[in-house]
Amino acid sequence: MNTVIRYFKSLLLIELFQGMGLTMRYMFKPKYTVRYPMEHIPKSNRFRGLHALRRYANGEERCIACKLCEAVCPALAITIDSAPRESDGQRRTTRYDIDLFKCIYCGFCEESCPVDSIVETSIHEYHFENRGENVVNKQQLLAIGDRFEQQIAADRAQDAAYR
Amino acid sequence: MADQLINQVLWPVIYILCIVLPLVIAVAMFVYWERKVIGWMHVRLGPNKIGPFGILQAFADVVKLLIKEVILPTKANRFLYFMAPLIALIPALAAWAVIPFSGQMVLSNANAGILYLLAMTSMGVYGIIIAGWASNSRYALLGAMRSAAQVISYELAMGLCLVCVLVLAGSLNLTEIVNAQAGNKGILEWFMWPLLPVFVIYFISGVAETNRAPFDMAEGESEIVAGFHVEYSGSAFAIFFLAEYANMILISFLASILFLGGWLSPFPASWGFIGHGGFIWLFIKAFLMSFLFLWFRATFPRYRYDQIMRLGWKVLIPIAIVWVMVAGCMKFFDVVTVGVGA
Repeated sequence: MNTVIRYFKSLLLIELFQGMGLTMRYMFKPKYTVRYPMEHIPKSNRFRGLHALRRYANGEERCIACKLCEAVCPALAITIDSAPRESDGQRRTTRYDIDLFKCIYCGFCEESCPVDSIVETSIHEYHFENRGENVVNKQQLLAIGDRFEQQIAADRAQDAAYR
Repeated sequence: MADQLINQVLWPVIYILCIVLPLVIAVAMFVYWERKVIGWMHVRLGPNKIGPFGILQAFADVVKLLIKEVILPTKANRFLYFMAPLIALIPALAAWAVIPFSGQMVLSNANAGILYLLAMTSMGVYGIIIAGWASNSRYALLGAMRSAAQVISYELAMGLCLVCVLVLAGSLNLTEIVNAQAGNKGILEWFMWPLLPVFVIYFISGVAETNRAPFDMAEGESEIVAGFHVEYSGSAFAIFFLAEYANMILISFLASILFLGGWLSPFPASWGFIGHGGFIWLFIKAFLMSFLFLWFRATFPRYRYDQIMRLGWKVLIPIAIVWVMVAGCMKFFDVVTVGVGA
């Protein structure tokens, strides 16, 4: 008897019509697509994007060339040289390069930094047009930090209680 | 002499252009519509960047395909390799000669219209086989062989379905087949009702014959990359594409003509304006039929090869044979009214 019922069901294409009904219902559902360049999905304040070097409010750069980030970097993407600064003899970096092709955006550099100098901002839309531009140097990193300081500070403040 | 030339050469050429050019545009729009519909069914948006609602997407694709390089694989048979797309395309276009768009609008009112159609739709598979063989590629050859076996199997079921129709209509002429579905009751007079199982079988065979999902074994991306046209690129590929979609539209038109009363209105003639026949009805029906192709593709997963063969030989053909007899009985005992008078 079950066999007969099964034969009737398959001959009447019942399951096929059910399937087609399903796709027809989905056709009129609101679509999930995000029209990306025009629309963005919300981003976490912990998003790890492009790097930046921060400054204190008085304009002094935070980095003290402790090289913890260089040591912790699993991808060996950070290269630091340091020397006493000529004006006051403080230890400062003379070179701070990040190779963005090597970087895996793990965020260890930011975690290891004792003075919250190196951070990963929430910028994820950037590109390079020439060979070599993937290595960003100290000036560029500081410039990014200066430009997005408000955003960086806001993101860090939001997360402060958990750090 | 000049009159003869104009009547026998010039006008037919103009008529042919009047069919083929809109057909090519229809194919382009159909590709766009397919991507849009399947996108919607996947809860996506589909193409929406080029032109309003992405309507020019298909034309952008055409331009892209035409300016791409046509690659000839090593040790491929050059002549056959370039002939194959044409062999696939020509029957797909030639079949349109006998399609009646309305009572008067038909390029060739052939008496053996259905036979001609059967011949033309079967010819298309030669293009596929030759393409598969000439490409000198295992995937292409496998796809071609699958396609050949599949088309031959479903041709039988399709032929039996057509037999049912012509038993009821008593004619092989497509115009007369449509006229046989005319009547005072509109939609109820169509062959779709006495031949419902056959209608379903016909459309399933049509999907299989055009190698569309869920019967797209010839392409089978997940198994044999793209099947017979894996080696084709640029405009050669575009011609295969054109042939495939022209065939889909053809099958939609045929289903509308044979089972859905062609250009006849679904409403009774007594309803006045909307009760009148006209090619607009044929286009509406064909549009709905071709939408089914897209709907199937968005819904059903691909059949396994042995399942396709089983379905064709052990399910569709027996049912069709039985219904040939049923149709014969219906005709013999005058169950179905045919034509306006009866």
